[in-house]
Amino acid sequence: MAVDEGLKGELQKQGVYLTTWDQLVNWGRGNSIWPLQFGLACCAIEMIATAASRYDIARFGSEIFRASPRQADLMIVAGTVTKKMAPQVVRLYNQMAEPKYIISMGACATSGGPFHKGYNVLKGIDRLIPVDVYIPGCPPTPQALLEGLMKLQEKIKQRSMGDEVGGKQGEYTVPEFGKTGLVPRYNPEVWQPPSNQAVTWTATVPPKASS
Amino acid sequence: MLPPLEELKPVVEGLLPGVSLAIEGGALIVPAKDLAAVCRCLKEREQFALDYLADLTAVDYLPDPAAGGTGRMDVVYHLYSMAKKHGPLTLKVQLPRANPAVASVTPIWRGAEFQEREAYDLYGVTFEGHPDLRRILMWDGFEGHPMRKDYVVEDQNVLEERPQ
Repeated sequence: MAVDEGLKGELQKQGVYLTTWDQLVNWGRGNSIWPLQFGLACCAIEMIATAASRYDIARFGSEIFRASPRQADLMIVAGTVTKKMAPQVVRLYNQMAEPKYIISMGACATSGGPFHKGYNVLKGIDRLIPVDVYIPGCPPTPQALLEGLMKLQEKIKQRSMGDEVGGKQGEYTVPEFGKTGLVPRYNPEVWQPPSNQAVTWTATVPPKASS
Repeated sequence: MLPPLEELKPVVEGLLPGVSLAIEGGALIVPAKDLAAVCRCLKEREQFALDYLADLTAVDYLPDPAAGGTGRMDVVYHLYSMAKKHGPLTLKVQLPRANPAVASVTPIWRGAEFQEREAYDLYGVTFEGHPDLRRILMWDGFEGHPMRKDYVVEDQNVLEERPQ
């Protein structure tokens, strides 16, 4: 519902405040994102620094790190996701209550980072669960994590009530341990390898004589 | 202080008749069949008292493409003495690359248990007499030994393409 801004301001002077359910709900959701207390590698140290007094994530309403996925809204994937840990990460995400969000913190969580070619590291958590905000860095500074959190808040505030934030809701496939790695290697509903069609250089292809 | 390897080698050989050691770089090369005897001697004899196994790992040497051969798998041991404050002493056992097997030193140094499991998991070295030789880092059901130099990672192609 659109309200004329001038009318809104005039009414506010008289002590009448107008808003929408979307604005009200998103204001609440965006300003009290409770992260899951969950760190995987050195990025977790930066996450701890962000939560401590110097950077003070409490300024953004996210200081309550919950030790249970049932009480958390945000999963900060802070660090290298090994293939051995990946099923547990997906399981934790499945156990979180909706609406829920994911921040992929750092190069490792985003793409495998320096361990990209390793036998033991998942090449990005976005292969298994839908990521809302990616933060570059190795590790990202606390300022970068706060920037990512603010980006997530912006994203939440653009949403309408009932909308999903970040892809499909519900249970995501928990990968199993196979003979050479995870089975499946990625969840095709969330991530697919880039199509090689997109990089085909069409100008060199001679036009077909007839079709 | 531990004597230099050139002096240490004849002393150990004198204590253990029939054992012949060699020196390569900074390491003492022990024949695989004599490993347990040499380790027990180094730990229990008062003059060595090497009571602490700091490190146990393996090194994979692929066959030289020019010279041929079947390659080699070395198992490396680093020993220190907490009692006499000396060390390290490096031992190496040279094994065939195909089916490397050597006696476990877990009965001598209890701390070797997990390190031998790791060498077994990642390099495929069998430690005979180990109380519980299972994979430690990779899961049960994983095939192959990923730190071997000829191990091929399942998703080696970095520029992945969508199957057509």
